[in-house]
Amino acid sequence: MTTLITNHEAGRDTAAEKEKWLRVYRKMVSIRLFEENVNELYTRALMPGLAHLYSGEEAVAVGICEALRIDDYITSTHRGHGHCLAKGASPHRMFAELLGKEAGYCRGKGGSMHIADPATGNLGANAIVGGSVGIATGAGFSAKHLDTDRVAVCFFGEGALGQGSLYEVMNLAQLWKLPVIYVCENNQYNEYTHYQETTAGTILARATAFGIEAARVDGQDVREVHEVATRFVKRARLGGGPAFLQCDTYRYSGHHVGDINREYYRSKQEEQLWKTERDPIKMLGNWLIDQGYADARSLEGISEEVRKAMEAAVKFAVEAPYPPVEEVEKHVYA
Amino acid sequence: MPERELTFAQAVREALAEEMRRDSRICILGEDVAEAGTPFKVLSGLVEEFGPQRVLDTPISEAGFTGLAVGAAMTGMRPIVDIMFGDFITLTMDQMVNQAAKVHYMSGGHWKVPMVMRTTLGATRRSAAQHSQSLQAWFSHVPGLKVVLPSTPYDAKGLLKAAIRDENPVVFFEDKMMYKLKGPVPDEDYTIPLGVADVKREGDDITFIATSSMVQVALGAASLLEKEGISAEVVDPRTTWPLDEKTLIDSAKKTSRVIVLDEGYGRYGVTAELASVVAEGAFYDLDSPVKRMGAMHVPIPFSPPLEDATVPTEQSVFEAARKMCK
Repeated sequence: MTTLITNHEAGRDTAAEKEKWLRVYRKMVSIRLFEENVNELYTRALMPGLAHLYSGEEAVAVGICEALRIDDYITSTHRGHGHCLAKGASPHRMFAELLGKEAGYCRGKGGSMHIADPATGNLGANAIVGGSVGIATGAGFSAKHLDTDRVAVCFFGEGALGQGSLYEVMNLAQLWKLPVIYVCENNQYNEYTHYQETTAGTILARATAFGIEAARVDGQDVREVHEVATRFVKRARLGGGPAFLQCDTYRYSGHHVGDINREYYRSKQEEQLWKTERDPIKMLGNWLIDQGYADARSLEGISEEVRKAMEAAVKFAVEAPYPPVEEVEKHVYA
Repeated sequence: MPERELTFAQAVREALAEEMRRDSRICILGEDVAEAGTPFKVLSGLVEEFGPQRVLDTPISEAGFTGLAVGAAMTGMRPIVDIMFGDFITLTMDQMVNQAAKVHYMSGGHWKVPMVMRTTLGATRRSAAQHSQSLQAWFSHVPGLKVVLPSTPYDAKGLLKAAIRDENPVVFFEDKMMYKLKGPVPDEDYTIPLGVADVKREGDDITFIATSSMVQVALGAASLLEKEGISAEVVDPRTTWPLDEKTLIDSAKKTSRVIVLDEGYGRYGVTAELASVVAEGAFYDLDSPVKRMGAMHVPIPFSPPLEDATVPTEQSVFEAARKMCK
């Protein structure tokens, strides 16, 4: 009898596992294809402003957000499309925002670097490097004081390690045991400068100096990111306090779409190596096939579905109207 | 029954206590705000009533705890941050200017930041260049922020309660030299809407438009002028934003002469903006150019005779007004 139950549960677990990792795969593909469309819109001069692509870093956003509830909070960065999508944002409204349309998440007033969405707990992408560390920590403060058992995740790049405000809020978070996960996406480059030229000591020591629980993971391996994130989120939710997660990853494109000639700061060979050997989507795809959860054809089917969905989202955004000019003075004050 | 009198500091404390009793989401964050009650003792007794979960001593991290307050305000709390000296607002500028002020607009109206920053202004306390500035112009410059400059205990209580209930980030400047000033304050709940100027004294010959500490200076100068047969009106905008332009312009039209007073630096300052409002709105009714008086454009010096020379006084305002009315 015991054996039967175990087998049954194991089977159910396997099905749930398969469903979960296929969902994760689809999300990662969605981010990759979203960004391919952004690149296309930008190079065709349909998108104003700046575009900072997240391609190559998908495992971080998806691995972390998969460990969160819809009502948990995130703050994001100028390279934030991946975080917003991973937390559940709709590509339709995101593309609309990127094009400055009224149907966008911020009615076109924020653009690529400021997407925010209360429905998915997204407190906003932030175009000041390290600018959202206070906001995320404050969300953790509210969760504790209002006793909501929510958790806040603060995404930032390794460039934000140069900002003093990060250390001020990590000190506060640890003193007051706030449920905040600081996620350092180390994509190796502070804009056009390798992080080793700007960062003394080790990254993790910055967190452990405050007594904050810290870990370093392979940011290309979504399962590893997810496993540690799940542990940290659970701990924070139960009142265990903040944690710091360093995810080593790589930015496939330039700092922004216009950063094309990059050889003065990094080689094409380096980029190629990450893309062929360390691609997070390929790595998960191979694992799914090894597990028997998918085959090459079914994975291609997922990509095809996502591709079509993105095309529809782009079409929606391109055809959507701009906000009326009267909108310019709305929402300065609540 | 005689009217109850409170000091400015007591009026601030009463406003905070009444609001904290009304709304459990309100908390106070700052350096030495709990048992110490701040170096000015403005917050004495609050931690005893509301506990250390609502009156929180922070590390000396102005940017950190202000940033935390922005996030807390967005997610359901109503934080009040205490920045001990107004000079220290420089440390919070990214959090206030790039975050708090812009969140509502940038998110298309989705997120709100109902927080208050209380801080101080004012020279002549012998505190030298980094503890004596009046930097209200900095925040008044930024869309998305509201800026309050109370000049009496009555206004301090009513305006602070309104600031706390506001859905936007509000910066509330208290003149630290005024904390002991006494005045009538009702022992009841009242608010003063932000954006409504108050005529502190009526007059016919000249208008002083004055903020915060300079309201008291202007009232003193008006008394001196009265002995000379000159009738001065004192108008207090009470908030630099929102700004009650109409009351300022109406008074300028009535008296035809205006001196604008604010303790901040004159250059690109509050006085410049207020003078511009008057000039645009009442130009054809004016008998002389609008005069501005504020802090000299020097870092505030320590040495008492030097420091005293940097800010307008009753005497200097009286003389300027008398000259204008000749």
